[in-house]
Amino acid sequence: MTAVADAPTTAEPEIGKSRRRKEDAHLITGRTTWTDNMSVPGMLHLAVLRSPMAHATITSIDVSGAKQRPGVVAVFTGQDFAETQGNVPCAWPVTPDMVNPGAPSLAVTQVNHVGEIVAVIAARTKVAAQDALEAIDVEYEPLAPVLNMEDAIAQGAQLVHPNTTSNKSYTWVFDSGTAGTGGAIDDALASAEVTVKRRFIQQRLIPAFMEPRSTVVQPVGEGVLVHSSTQIPHILRTMLALTLGIPEQKVRVVAPDVGGGFGGKIPVTPEEIITTLVARRLGKPCKYTESRSESLMSAHHGRAQIQDITITAKRDGTITGLDVHLLADMGAYLRLVGPGVPILGAFMYNAIYKIPAYRFVCDGIFTTKTPTDAYRGAGRPEATFAIERIMDELAAELGMDPMQLRRQNWIKHEEFPFTTVCGLTYDSGNYEAATDKALELIGWDALRAEQADRRARKDPVQLGLGISTFTEMCGLAPSRVLGSLDYGAGGWENASIRVLATGKVEVVTGSSPHGQGHETAFSQIVADRLGVPFDDIEIIHGDTQSSPKGLDTYGSRSLAVGGIAIVHAADKVIEKARRVAAHLLEASEDDLQFEAGTFSVKGSPGSLVSLSDIAFATFAAHNLPDGMEPSLDSDATYDPENFSFPHGTHLCAVDIDTETGRVTIRKYVCVDDIGNPINPLIVEGQVHGGLAQGIAQALFEEAVYDDAGNLTTGTFVDYTPPSAADLPSFTTDRTVSPSTTNPLGVKGVGEAGTIASTPAVINAVVDALRPFGVTDVRMPATPERVWRAIAEGAQS
Amino acid sequence: MTKINVTVDGISYADEVEPRTLLVHYLREQIGKVGTVVGCDTSNCGACTVDLDGQSVKSCSVLAVQADGSTVTTIEGLAAADGTLHPMQQAFHDNHALQCGYCTPGMIMAARDLLMQNPNPSEAEIREGIEGNLCRCTGYQNIVRAVQAAAAAVVTS
Repeated sequence: MTAVADAPTTAEPEIGKSRRRKEDAHLITGRTTWTDNMSVPGMLHLAVLRSPMAHATITSIDVSGAKQRPGVVAVFTGQDFAETQGNVPCAWPVTPDMVNPGAPSLAVTQVNHVGEIVAVIAARTKVAAQDALEAIDVEYEPLAPVLNMEDAIAQGAQLVHPNTTSNKSYTWVFDSGTAGTGGAIDDALASAEVTVKRRFIQQRLIPAFMEPRSTVVQPVGEGVLVHSSTQIPHILRTMLALTLGIPEQKVRVVAPDVGGGFGGKIPVTPEEIITTLVARRLGKPCKYTESRSESLMSAHHGRAQIQDITITAKRDGTITGLDVHLLADMGAYLRLVGPGVPILGAFMYNAIYKIPAYRFVCDGIFTTKTPTDAYRGAGRPEATFAIERIMDELAAELGMDPMQLRRQNWIKHEEFPFTTVCGLTYDSGNYEAATDKALELIGWDALRAEQADRRARKDPVQLGLGISTFTEMCGLAPSRVLGSLDYGAGGWENASIRVLATGKVEVVTGSSPHGQGHETAFSQIVADRLGVPFDDIEIIHGDTQSSPKGLDTYGSRSLAVGGIAIVHAADKVIEKARRVAAHLLEASEDDLQFEAGTFSVKGSPGSLVSLSDIAFATFAAHNLPDGMEPSLDSDATYDPENFSFPHGTHLCAVDIDTETGRVTIRKYVCVDDIGNPINPLIVEGQVHGGLAQGIAQALFEEAVYDDAGNLTTGTFVDYTPPSAADLPSFTTDRTVSPSTTNPLGVKGVGEAGTIASTPAVINAVVDALRPFGVTDVRMPATPERVWRAIAEGAQS
Repeated sequence: MTKINVTVDGISYADEVEPRTLLVHYLREQIGKVGTVVGCDTSNCGACTVDLDGQSVKSCSVLAVQADGSTVTTIEGLAAADGTLHPMQQAFHDNHALQCGYCTPGMIMAARDLLMQNPNPSEAEIREGIEGNLCRCTGYQNIVRAVQAAAAAVVTS
């Protein structure tokens, strides 16, 4: 076992390398495992009938015609499952008195949004199921739709849910004066030298992951095997058990290849519950796959907030207070974390600034629209938009340069760790460094000079420059913090590592990917930690049988929480291996050093043993220390002590044709500080994609409803995610302020681009148009809206 | 039902199809070519793009009966028999031009077609050339890089 070989050479660290992804091989060759690819012997196909009414009572449903259609095996309505379907779960009762009227998967007596499911058909083929939908006859008694949040909470408003007394679900308040984390906002408002108040509209967005959701449920004995296109196999398992009364140990959930999520695949869905109900009722495997139109209409939406924000300051630009009141549209029902989404934003309105007094009030409101829940950033993009927009408005009011106003108020790098007015402790950051780098990269001064020149000569194409100096909270989340916010679960993550007899390594993680590159990044971490080759490491995820413990993927948590669990598991492996090594080398553990996958005796370079040899020794178990269990493996669960706080400076230059209103992004520069990057290539890709979605909110996307409550942007023709031709190439760069609260110094990058970019673009648009008297443009800033803003500004 | 003969990724198939069956559904559901995927129902997203007789098509906008007598190449038939990747597949891997990978089959097929039409496209021509294919993950920048890299690889090979 003791090899006499060359001393181990220290391999080049994997962390920091732009490794090409392990995940790609099957994705670029079409050897994929999307849920809809699955076919199981005897499998039935489901199609669902969705309400065409925004708000109505169901008078009658006649399914007899549909049952006669060829290939149809069964048809069910809400009445058939009224006693067994439970409610689509909501895990975040944000206040003790939050009103949750319940959410049936199949409507029983009333429909509350267009797209709500009223019947389900099981048939031998998908087309047979879909063809039979037209033979279901539903009679509705219309109720007035509830579409506008302010109307919804006015006196005498039509109630969305008959079993409630108001359309307000909850009011959640944070006040730094009463929390003891800052001053009283009323004092700041009363004594303000300057007050700026704005209303911003966070339009409704649709996550629009590319893979439509799909679920295959196979009854297995008393239990079920569920394959689903989900971000949350573990939470889904627990929730299906709780909702349907199936013993949790009899529920196995697999998330195979999942084609994007962006929060859109976080909730437990009515479709997952219905597929499970039907499969169990019929004793047959069942598959449901939504169409794109169904997905846009009834997979949850995001944002949908009205933000009233007031900032107070001294004449010299020192901010003295911030007062925020949100109306947050829950849609018709409370989804898994829907009520908590705006609350995640509550801690981010103060952003990177030293704000002495802060109040946040959020009213969660029911409307007869598609339910809302997390969409990339979840509360934090909304907060960042509002603060970064109003910083520009305050600068304009004060006659200050907007960057100077930010510099004057932000936390200086030498002031970290810094406890904010919300009580969060930002561990690290360097806003000056990121900003200076970004300004240089974009050529800010030259652009300002060009802008002045174009303004002077009244060029029809005007230049606007926008700033967003953002931060966010990532790594969701310390369990005790989630507990204090009344979330129903914790925020830990689990990992286990098995070193196999041949020295190859299996790493099991509870955080499963849907495009983020976990297999590559986690392999890099383990390769460095254990000193084993990158290619010898297999990452196992997304199946509650093989990866039994986990809390899944959202909130930029996979690396900052899941990655640290892996580090801890690796350290436990090393700890056990060290005992074996000491035994085999007949040395004291204290005399051993572990480097590049090999233990050696300090000062005795020829006396060494590799991790691979130790793995075999623990497998054979012929010669282990007394009392030691065979096998070389470990299990670790990590609960973060703090969030992580990525930040960055994003700068955007837009050209606006003032005659047509067309906005063109001419240059976009971002310098992000996400701590230590594990794989810079993946980091850059995450930033690019995030930028595209944030820019899409600023310029392109909106879920629009007509007066009857119909979604009028229900296809990709109308809901217009940007194509390659709509976007520029971005200039991305980094500064590195490692997180001080985890051993990798990582922070998370999944949401940064989306959070930062929306205000950068709109600030640029408003900056271009300020000489026209424009102080805001509603999102998306379409050519029509920009043109009208110019026309109205010119009149005022 | 209508009989069709079609060659897909080098294999000949003779099948009965309903006249209304779309090519993509024939590929996925009748012959198991699930590497080609469906992303929308309005022919906007391009996820289902395949090569039909030397031209890229959105296979949701072609009826299976229209492919009678034709040769179809899907993402599954693009690599060489020995597993050597097509230059576009290789370029997508090398340039991190995919994340979740759902749009990737269609994107690769469309980008391959673009280079057949225009072997040396500018960035703007690439962006316009693939605008019928939506990606929600990458922001397109690395896809553009991949197409540029594939163009260079083809030119130098």
